[in-house]
Amino acid sequence: MASGELTSGAYIKHHLQNLTYGKFPDGHWGFAESALEAKEMGFMAFHVDTLGFSFILGALFLFFFARAAKRASIDAPSGFQNFVESIIDFIDENVRGSFSGKNPMVAPLALTTFIWIVLMNTMDLVPVDWLPSLAVVLGIDFLKVVPTTDPNATFGMSIGIFILILYYSIKEKGLGGFVGELTLHPFGKWMLPFNFFLEGVNLLAKPVSLALRLFGNMYAGEMIFILIALLPFWIQWSLSLPWAIFHILIVLLQAFIFMTLVIVYMDMAHQKEH
Amino acid sequence: MEQSILFLAGSILMGLGALGAAVGIGILGARFIEGAARQPELIPMLRTQMFIVMGLVDAVPMIAVGISMYILFAVAG
Repeated sequence: MASGELTSGAYIKHHLQNLTYGKFPDGHWGFAESALEAKEMGFMAFHVDTLGFSFILGALFLFFFARAAKRASIDAPSGFQNFVESIIDFIDENVRGSFSGKNPMVAPLALTTFIWIVLMNTMDLVPVDWLPSLAVVLGIDFLKVVPTTDPNATFGMSIGIFILILYYSIKEKGLGGFVGELTLHPFGKWMLPFNFFLEGVNLLAKPVSLALRLFGNMYAGEMIFILIALLPFWIQWSLSLPWAIFHILIVLLQAFIFMTLVIVYMDMAHQKEH
Repeated sequence: MEQSILFLAGSILMGLGALGAAVGIGILGARFIEGAARQPELIPMLRTQMFIVMGLVDAVPMIAVGISMYILFAVAG
């Protein structure tokens, strides 16, 4: 925000406010002008920046990987082709290591989650003021650049994974097998409600922990970048550079963990009879 | 009054989260080095697994740091 007097609290809140398009209480649709208006929209609101950035990054990923696949050659592999191949080998190795079932969809799923999350997290390394101040110049009041610092994005992904877990559990084990696993597992059939409670919590914890872990890490990282940006201009590099270097580790690690857990959960969904 | 409680809440949040993760990651690192010393040929595998668990352990205090920073600087500050 380019206005003169500005408290640090207002600066932070401005940076954490999504560009929201939604339904106002009086019924018409439009962009929220302030955090309060965005809150009043309640459920009927889209975070345009989250959706936009994640879609753009997803499209970039698909475009470049598809191009590498189409132009792949054995005789003269380009540098980018080698890079893509090394990523695919890495994913393949991980899936082979922890997925024992038979499903051709798991490896592409792991690749998509990994690269997409890496790309979305990498937006965190863009200096926090660049894109929002560019947006202010273009007349957009709020812009939150990193999609994974929005719980809506991470929960969107993890609920997608959750639906896949349910789908493959029922497909592989049958409805009876799945219900049996949920109700008969630790203590036999006489403790059915207790078993169901335990296994239900276990099942529901998967998407929640996936989403909150990614969101929390990225949110904390973004928060620290914003706090560093509050410092005087000439000293910022001394803190933001080490934090950015450390953050590269978190960016890759969180994407890797998300991917590994997706593979492990899919493996659990495919396992018949303990 | 309310503000000082918020500051206290933020610092306790950060400190206790860090405490738990410090113990956890300490044990994790110790075991990793132990395993690596016993079977050096397993180091690549152990390292991958260690990083996975480290990411899992690390997540909770990082979330606590993020939330407490938000409390300290945006809500209370």
